[in-house]
Amino acid sequence: MHEMGITQNVVSIVSEKAGDSKVSKVVLEIGKLSAVMPEAIRFCFDVCTKNTVLDGAELEIREIDGLALCQACGQEIKLKILAGRCECGSRDLRCVAGEELNIKEMETL
Amino acid sequence: MCITCGCSDSTNVRLTDLEKGGTTPININDHTHEHSHEHHGHSHEHHGHSHEHHGHSHEHHGHSHEHHGHSHEDLGETSSTNTITLERQILEKNNSIAASNRDWLANKNILAVNLVSSPGSGKTTLLERTIRDLSSELQFSVIEGDQETVNDAERIRSTGCRVVQINTGAGCHLEADMVIKGIHSLDPAPNSVIMIENVGNLVCPALFDLGEKCKVAILSVTEGEDKPAKYPHMFKAASIMLLNKIDLLPYLDFDVVKCIEYAQTVNPDIKVIPVSAVSGEGLDIWYAWIKSNIDGYSEARKVASLHDS
Repeated sequence: MHEMGITQNVVSIVSEKAGDSKVSKVVLEIGKLSAVMPEAIRFCFDVCTKNTVLDGAELEIREIDGLALCQACGQEIKLKILAGRCECGSRDLRCVAGEELNIKEMETL
Repeated sequence: MCITCGCSDSTNVRLTDLEKGGTTPININDHTHEHSHEHHGHSHEHHGHSHEHHGHSHEHHGHSHEHHGHSHEDLGETSSTNTITLERQILEKNNSIAASNRDWLANKNILAVNLVSSPGSGKTTLLERTIRDLSSELQFSVIEGDQETVNDAERIRSTGCRVVQINTGAGCHLEADMVIKGIHSLDPAPNSVIMIENVGNLVCPALFDLGEKCKVAILSVTEGEDKPAKYPHMFKAASIMLLNKIDLLPYLDFDVVKCIEYAQTVNPDIKVIPVSAVSGEGLDIWYAWIKSNIDGYSEARKVASLHDS
């Protein structure tokens, strides 16, 4: 499960930035096409934050819908999975949203 | 458990160099905080910092009592929250180590390939044969990734090639900092090839850049032909799909055309090479691809012949 390692990265980046301050909230952006499960992140967050400056912090996860641009005709296509086909017949799609794995912001006390 | 970020060191990642002997742990705390050698000191400071933090918070208590009722600012500070915009990639550390691995490899003109597949696709057999067949032309070294055992490294070592085994313990994929430790242990010659055999897993390794030139996915015809559709991230991340064990096709109900179609649906740019590591069919195309990806291939041949002599 790569979510544990990913959550450890979140805790590491946030705690480094927080210094001595207590963190009350962390906002993540996770694309729906990123192969990362928000529920697994939530579970790992509770485990990874124990006895850290993030202990008890609220976790907000903003899920980003998948969106691609057809490289043949330029049309925008909503993607539920990583692959798809444009109405024009082309499968050459460039993903423009949905693969995010970002820490947006944090709140400290 | 690290008390600063809560990460666990129980994953037990370790590196075994079969030639030099000995197994050394790869500290997961280093790995999640800071990775490269220059950061070692920093990571220790970090730990020290968390201890200080305990002491500091006690002092802070006393300190804030002194100020009670004295400063409105202090009261304001304790009741309000401070929003800090981060806009940081979660995997930025792995990505930055991968980028420095890539620079290091490029400076020495070393081709690094990240071999990914599910367990049992025939990666190790294919690798053994590739190394044996090309040993007069190219110098190889190998990083073997598995959760446990050094079995694969021993198989590779029997080809005469330098190899290190990285055991990831509970981990399901290799990360860039593990790979650079493996590379340093191997100390590969310029103009050579490093094959990185990732942990058998079609999900997680897709997310972790190791600094390789490209990912090569291996799918055997004893698996389902729809694997590229089921595991799109991996086949999208790969530049090549080696369709292995094609010598078994007469005995199986496996639709090669459909499989290639699934792969090209998730990745229109993927190059598919049907091969058999047993019969040797198709391997010439795979070998031609390897050679075409080494700048100054003639230079690399010279290195191999020096190595042999």
